[in-house]
Amino acid sequence: MTSKPTVAVLAGGLSHEREISLRSGRRVTQALRDLGHEVIESDVDSGLIETLTGLDDVVAFPLLHGESGEDGALREVLSMLDIPFVGTLPRSCRLAFDKAVSTTLVRRAGIRTPEQVALPHDLFRELGAKHIVRSLGEKLGFPLMVKPARCGSALGCTRVDAPEDLPAAMVAAYGYGPLAVVEEGVSGVEVTVTVIDTGNGPEAQPVVKIEPASGVYDYEARYTAGATRFTVPADLSDEITAQCADMAVRVHELLGLRDLSRTDIIIDEEGPVFIETNVAPGMTETSLVPLALDAGPDGFAKVCSQLVSVAAARARG
Amino acid sequence: MTDPHSFNPSRLPSTGGRSDTRLDHYVDSYAQRTHKMTASAVRSLFSVANRPEVVSLAGGMPNIADLPLGKVGNLLDELIQRDGARIMQYGSGQGELQIREQICEVMAEEQIRAHPDDVVITAGSQQGLDLVTRIFCDPDDVVLVEAPSYVGALGTFKSYQTQISHVAMDDQGLDPDALRQVVTSLRDQGRRVKFLYTIPNFNNPAGITQPTERRREILQVAEDLDLLIVEDNPYGLLTIDGEPLPAMRSMETDRVIYLGSFSKTFAPGFRVGWVLAPHAVREKLVLAQESATLCPPVFSQFAISEYLAKHDWRGQIRQYRDMYRERRDAMLQGLTENMPQGTTWTHPTGGFFVWVTLPQGVDSQKMLPRAVTARVAYVPGDAFFADGFGSRHMRLSYCFPTPERIIEGTRRLGEVIADEMRINEVFGITDDHRLHSNPTPGPSPDIS
Repeated sequence: MTSKPTVAVLAGGLSHEREISLRSGRRVTQALRDLGHEVIESDVDSGLIETLTGLDDVVAFPLLHGESGEDGALREVLSMLDIPFVGTLPRSCRLAFDKAVSTTLVRRAGIRTPEQVALPHDLFRELGAKHIVRSLGEKLGFPLMVKPARCGSALGCTRVDAPEDLPAAMVAAYGYGPLAVVEEGVSGVEVTVTVIDTGNGPEAQPVVKIEPASGVYDYEARYTAGATRFTVPADLSDEITAQCADMAVRVHELLGLRDLSRTDIIIDEEGPVFIETNVAPGMTETSLVPLALDAGPDGFAKVCSQLVSVAAARARG
Repeated sequence: MTDPHSFNPSRLPSTGGRSDTRLDHYVDSYAQRTHKMTASAVRSLFSVANRPEVVSLAGGMPNIADLPLGKVGNLLDELIQRDGARIMQYGSGQGELQIREQICEVMAEEQIRAHPDDVVITAGSQQGLDLVTRIFCDPDDVVLVEAPSYVGALGTFKSYQTQISHVAMDDQGLDPDALRQVVTSLRDQGRRVKFLYTIPNFNNPAGITQPTERRREILQVAEDLDLLIVEDNPYGLLTIDGEPLPAMRSMETDRVIYLGSFSKTFAPGFRVGWVLAPHAVREKLVLAQESATLCPPVFSQFAISEYLAKHDWRGQIRQYRDMYRERRDAMLQGLTENMPQGTTWTHPTGGFFVWVTLPQGVDSQKMLPRAVTARVAYVPGDAFFADGFGSRHMRLSYCFPTPERIIEGTRRLGEVIADEMRINEVFGITDDHRLHSNPTPGPSPDIS
């Protein structure tokens, strides 16, 4: 029998989502320790590489959200150092993390997505905002969603109901990065589907339905216990449930994701619409992946442990 | 690749029934006052500010690195050897007489004459403020505060469901005419105004100090209107230019409740502050303190007492003043060199903070993510208002970073503001043309 590797839970970093990442890290650490794993928690700083290379049999569990965590940069370093890790390879991270890229790829594969336009802020400087903003409204209609292309936790995201609010929403999104996406607003039932692959191919986990009390699943609704109602498995028809599960698995495969992902979906009158996918989904006390996994047969902790084993086995060939 | 039309239900794991949860079993049981205690994206950004790569001009942490830690350690060692069994025991709800006597000596530095019987020890002056609010305020009572005012005080007042009314300031602090007008107007509306909360020395966040004459004018208005004043004075001894001014409490005994603290003049980790209050109020405070904690931290009281008795604490404060002067000067120099045109700031003569007014159209809260990306942090101005104002302001603190880091921080900040101005110009954003944001819970205590 192979002994359990040491797990290095990587959390923190310098992104805007540092706080969430630290909370995700603590939750996964505790879950793995409960199952007997030796776990070290590490921030991403100048001591990280020395820490990792100083360990003999280690698997990294990256839980960094936002830049460098989800854009594949850190995973590139892990790959370079031959340190096995849980999760998607860098190239696919880059595809998935950028909403402008991932939505385009998903749409091209025939999956329903909102109409989307991706715009770097430099473009507005060069061409002037007035006409572009007006055209956006005309092309996509209202309401619109404005989001930073490369950020999570709903940071910098604004629903825009009227043309006069669009410029401020754009500025808010550019606060989190130089590229913003503007999407047609999709109204309907919000759900999310976790996909896990512990060696038997990607499997959709129970669908989670999300009903924020405020009506908007923003940062506050995501991270305040009690602010959102979750139903697991979602009370949907078998057909819609199947469509959501299938969409999440398709996206996972299409983008070349590995081990785990979470795909956010809104179900409108015509069925499920892809909103975005996450390669390092939140694992906090109010996050959706733990909810979904705890509703499944194995539970959150066991699945985390299985993912570590899969990563270790990959390294051993 | 999977065919979307050939879904196989067996790929969904089996589950043990449907769960319907809000992840908080007690969500419907909380008191009304708890309902606004929610997560905040702005607060979460401060997590990044603690990383060494970021120049944090946000935190109000005193720089205690210059304390003679070896000597403090020896004092505590001797104290425990000598008196450990007593100082680790429960103590008096009012606080230990020994330290209350010494506190009267400390307050004498600001011309306050007080009797130890009128001093109540608290777990930091923050708890003093909590106890004062607890004994005076019912829900919907009005508390008056400066515009802007200390974020921790606003949090306390909100937690007791009071209504907070701001009173305008000018370059000499709280405006007495505005105070008279606000109180009169509120009373005409049938509102119960319980007290004025003011920080006369180096206001947090504005960095403004009320001159002595201004204090007299405010006291006169309070006298005319029969208004209680809560004077919060954590920074009074940390003058950078000149000597400490007489506290309001030194001019008026019955109408002023005075809050003092060792957090800035010694070290905040001991959590020892005090309230000096008129006799009847003090009695209520002691009962409230006993209800809250039985007694304030006994070990901390004796530790500080030992420090005051055996260390040149006045000399230590002089050292602090020199150190903070250097940092204040670095901040003012950095702002002069790096701020874009249209930015203005206050020139504090003590304390920890500079209050910056941004060029038109720049919203400090919306700009914060950009600042964090540029590795510099500040506290957005709306944290210091209970009514959603303050978005064109920010608080910068010079107490903790070194002078070199302060200069670098202002350089980064200058670039961030300039960027924000450019992007606002592109999108035609003005002060009247922003998204309205909901007031969020104040920043976390470590930046208070």
